[in-house]
Amino acid sequence: MSEIKKIKNLKEFSTSADRFEGANLLCPGCAHSIIVREVLNATNDDLILAASTGCLEVCTAVYPYTSWDASWIHIGFENGSTAVAGAEAMYKALKTKGRLKQPERTPKFVAFGGDGASYDIGFQWISGCMERNHDMMYIVLDNEVYANTGGQRSSSTPIGSSATTTPAGSISYGETKNKKDMMGIMAAHHIPYAAQVSPNKWKDMVKKIQKGFATEGAVFINAVSPCTTEWKFDPKNTMHLADLATDSLVFPLYEVIDGREYNITYRPKNIIPVEEYLAAQGRFKHLFKDEYKYLIKEWQERVDANWAYLQRREEAKV
Amino acid sequence: MANTGWDEFEIGAMLRTFDGGIDDIAGTKQEDRSYTQNSSYTASVADWRLVKPVYNKDYCIDCQFCWVYCPDVSIISRDKKMIGVDMDHCKGCGICVEVCPTNPKSLLMFSEQADEETEIASWPSKDKGEE
Ligand SMILES: Cc1ncc(C[n+]2csc(CCOP(=O)(O)OP(=O)(O)O)c2C)c(N)n1
Ligand code: SF4
Ligand code: SF4
Ligand code: SF4
Ligand SMILES: [Mg+2]
Repeated sequence: MSEIKKIKNLKEFSTSADRFEGANLLCPGCAHSIIVREVLNATNDDLILAASTGCLEVCTAVYPYTSWDASWIHIGFENGSTAVAGAEAMYKALKTKGRLKQPERTPKFVAFGGDGASYDIGFQWISGCMERNHDMMYIVLDNEVYANTGGQRSSSTPIGSSATTTPAGSISYGETKNKKDMMGIMAAHHIPYAAQVSPNKWKDMVKKIQKGFATEGAVFINAVSPCTTEWKFDPKNTMHLADLATDSLVFPLYEVIDGREYNITYRPKNIIPVEEYLAAQGRFKHLFKDEYKYLIKEWQERVDANWAYLQRREEAKV
Repeated sequence: MANTGWDEFEIGAMLRTFDGGIDDIAGTKQEDRSYTQNSSYTASVADWRLVKPVYNKDYCIDCQFCWVYCPDVSIISRDKKMIGVDMDHCKGCGICVEVCPTNPKSLLMFSEQADEETEIASWPSKDKGEE
């Protein structure tokens, strides 16, 4: 295993030489690229990357341009995970046969996918990669919607969110189904490492990504990615939205080791009411009408229950 | 590979980001890389902007929040110091201004047409109100 890059503080982190480029076509203020930069800059090792179809892929590989300064592959919507798993398996085989030209280099294998690609369409492919325990990291850019095709709901879309296929109106409050517990499902594969991250907490992110890179075997990361276009907020507020997500505990930051040991990695000093998180986004605007206000109360109860659950799992150490 | 039209794709073609090889990309700063015209680094999105960030180094404490949270790799930091904004790649989102912790801020948004020197000369003073 290679040495872990030293990143004591933000000044030290800022000496990183980015391997992701601007003049891509992501919206101004898109969190996908903030997450990608934090991940890529967490290591100096070579990178073998893949992206499933979605905003990140579509906007960073517009022929004849690429925004990636590393080996990067895109095949289809469902198989960013298996593309990287295949490369990792080949790498291992060549290493065993002594056929690597530079066996001392220790590349990291990373696949990115949106929630549509991960929670829905590539679900079984990811499950296969996790079950086979490839030495790779799978990262979900979780903006809770099929953003690149105009905002259809996915199984990550939370209750009450207005999406183009679950629009809010006079007879509906939008999405009616619970967000899929992807972290729980991935942890249930008993992979060595799973974690939830958010770009506002860059240090927590870097720590977890480095831990993931140092782990032998499959790593699953769920990254909350506030989407200015589909969540409907001003692009300058992307980090504010990420703050609201982590500090309201709608997106608690924690890690799961070997599918059993839960560690909460961030406890907000001031827990913000979920109502504030909802109020900052156009996709939840209708919940503030009198007839739907009961949903805000239910939201808070769900978030409280999840936080209580995580704390009990952490204490139980089972 | 040359910068050809969208329908002139060579089957099996590879887009190379750099001319020749760079052995240690993670240790090579952008200005020392030999980008090909297939890297979006050589493109510009400056015409996306309606508003632009202006940097006033007088108040800057080099905290690097703007560097880490800029989605578009447009805050140029070298040797732990913020030096300026890459105006070819900045999309004018305004995140850097929001996350800048100084008072007054060291980055502010102005209209794309605004003159940088004039704005810096009339920079707002410390805001004594509620933060
Ligand atoms: C098999 C297949 N089905 C549908 C599409 C169309 N499609 C392209 S991107 C996209 C949405 C991606 O959503 P998500 O994975 O959440 O990523 P995001 O764009 O939100 O980052 C869809 C439906 C496709 N390319 N391939
Ligand atoms: S639609 Fe959302 S996820 Fe897609 S590029 Fe725009 S901000 Fe990013
Ligand atoms: S306005 Fe946005 S893109 Fe431009 S430098 Fe600031 S954060 Fe980066
Ligand atoms: S966020 Fe503000 S104070 Fe910090 S480095 Fe950037 S400009 Fe300077
Ligand atoms: Mg999505």
